[in-house]
Amino acid sequence: MTKTLSVNHKAALLSIIMLVVGLLIWEAAIPAQKAAEELTEYERLTGGGAPKAGVPPPSQVLAKAWEQLSNPFYDAGPNDKGIGIQIGYSIYRVLTGYFLAAMVAIPLGFLIGMSQVAYKAFNPFIQVLRPISPLAWMPLALFIIQDSEASAIFVIFICSIWPMLINTAFGVAGVRQDWVNVARTHELSPIKTAFTVILPAAAPTIITGMRISIGIAWLVIVAAEMLVGGTGIGYYVWNEWNNLDLTSVIFSILMIGVVGMLLDAAFGILQRAVAYAE
Amino acid sequence: MSKPFLSIERLTQKFPDGQGGELTVFEDATFGIEKGEFVCILGHSGCGKSTIMNILAGLAEPTSGVVKMDGFEVSGPSLDRGVVFQNYSLLPWLSTLKNVTFGVRARFPDWSKAKVEEHAREYLAMVGLEGDVVHRKPSQLSGGMRQRVSIARAFANHPKLLLLDEPFGALDALTRGTIQDELLKIWGGTEQTVFMITHDIDEAILLADRILLMTNGPLARVAESVEITIPRPRNRTEIVDHPNYYAIRNHLVQFLGQRSKELAGQPSGGADQRPTAVSIDKTEPPEKAPEDPAAPLRAVNE
Repeated sequence: MTKTLSVNHKAALLSIIMLVVGLLIWEAAIPAQKAAEELTEYERLTGGGAPKAGVPPPSQVLAKAWEQLSNPFYDAGPNDKGIGIQIGYSIYRVLTGYFLAAMVAIPLGFLIGMSQVAYKAFNPFIQVLRPISPLAWMPLALFIIQDSEASAIFVIFICSIWPMLINTAFGVAGVRQDWVNVARTHELSPIKTAFTVILPAAAPTIITGMRISIGIAWLVIVAAEMLVGGTGIGYYVWNEWNNLDLTSVIFSILMIGVVGMLLDAAFGILQRAVAYAE
Repeated sequence: MSKPFLSIERLTQKFPDGQGGELTVFEDATFGIEKGEFVCILGHSGCGKSTIMNILAGLAEPTSGVVKMDGFEVSGPSLDRGVVFQNYSLLPWLSTLKNVTFGVRARFPDWSKAKVEEHAREYLAMVGLEGDVVHRKPSQLSGGMRQRVSIARAFANHPKLLLLDEPFGALDALTRGTIQDELLKIWGGTEQTVFMITHDIDEAILLADRILLMTNGPLARVAESVEITIPRPRNRTEIVDHPNYYAIRNHLVQFLGQRSKELAGQPSGGADQRPTAVSIDKTEPPEKAPEDPAAPLRAVNE
């Protein structure tokens, strides 16, 4: 029977088995709360009957997920908003910072990739600024910008700019000289060469950089929102931790993973669209 | 003597040799190409054929000397000089048709979209690419088909001078033969001036009106200009029976095998390095064609 299944079917079956087994082990590993009748009198007197905080079993997380996802956009005050609203805020911040970064990184990357002088002039700055943890910018950003919302966007901007910049420069510099010669023998203007030859030739490398950037931006937004507070999925996780609502914490961790996966998949589609075989 | 259509005057190329000195690839090379002529250049690797081609294409600058076409000095690449590169140089993200329209649009910017496409299809059809094939990407084509696209792109632009840089170098012998025939066919229908680099003697004899022979580098020179005295239209199976075929072929083989070395490395001493014109014609009365292979050469200085 296994011979009739394709590789994909086998893999899907195995994934489901791993999920189910994992969830069962998790469910079984959580010690059940003792019922009040089973307690000795001493235990009851010392507060043993009160519910203990513990890691919730998957069944509770699923119940929470159902509750949250069935009404994702409710808004019941500053500390009680639906998961959809929180994720929406996070995505808005990520995309704003990300597109600002793209608007700077891609033209600058073109310049650096086309010109040896620009490459050598910019390189020391890039090498020093790139390894800085984006969160290290946060205090400075808060002081200068004086706005927590804009500071979070700035942090996203600064963390997504480097992979895009470096990949664009790398892609542009690596365009085959033959293709540039084709443009030259067809008397294309520099602008036309950039758009009709260099951009399509470097597009796969540029999109790879953009894909890395969106992944990093999504990693960083959670930490940034924990610091900045107010709204967003990062703030939500921290808020639920303060509420000692671990079910919500686990649920939001999963949601962070799912949204990150969707963002990555979107760039995967884009990457396939611009890919070419030589 | 009137100036030829394309005139290469005292062309010199020197490169730094990496040890502070200079390596002279060739110096004071002087030759001409007439309008409508098909000229092949033969020589060993490293003699500077590709350098000459890049200078003609405007992709490289000579150390000194000028190239004049139609009386005007050539500087930088131009649509008047089409190039077919050895590695096809098609843009892999564009379909076959788009690769040709890319060139046609650059050449005739005021043409309508429909006219550009019709023109491109016409030239693709000339090299045997019709139907759905034109919508394939270059990666889905065989090497021979890719080079056909490249040839179609170059001819579709009606350049005044067409430069072919070993266009069939990467193809197998059978494909090469077919595309040579196609090249002859498409060339026969135009008044195209062609300058082609090749390593293949038989190919050169089949295609060319005249073959330029280069000595080995460094200090290479275009030593001889051999007229191919075989009437057109030529056909690869019949051409070998022509009395001049083996005489010319032997002359070329002998040059490349031996004299290209002997004549190498002579500095120009500041004089123009013109090729010696050679014409081998065994169809003439027999007293002009004795057995000695060196004797039938009728050397005429330009």
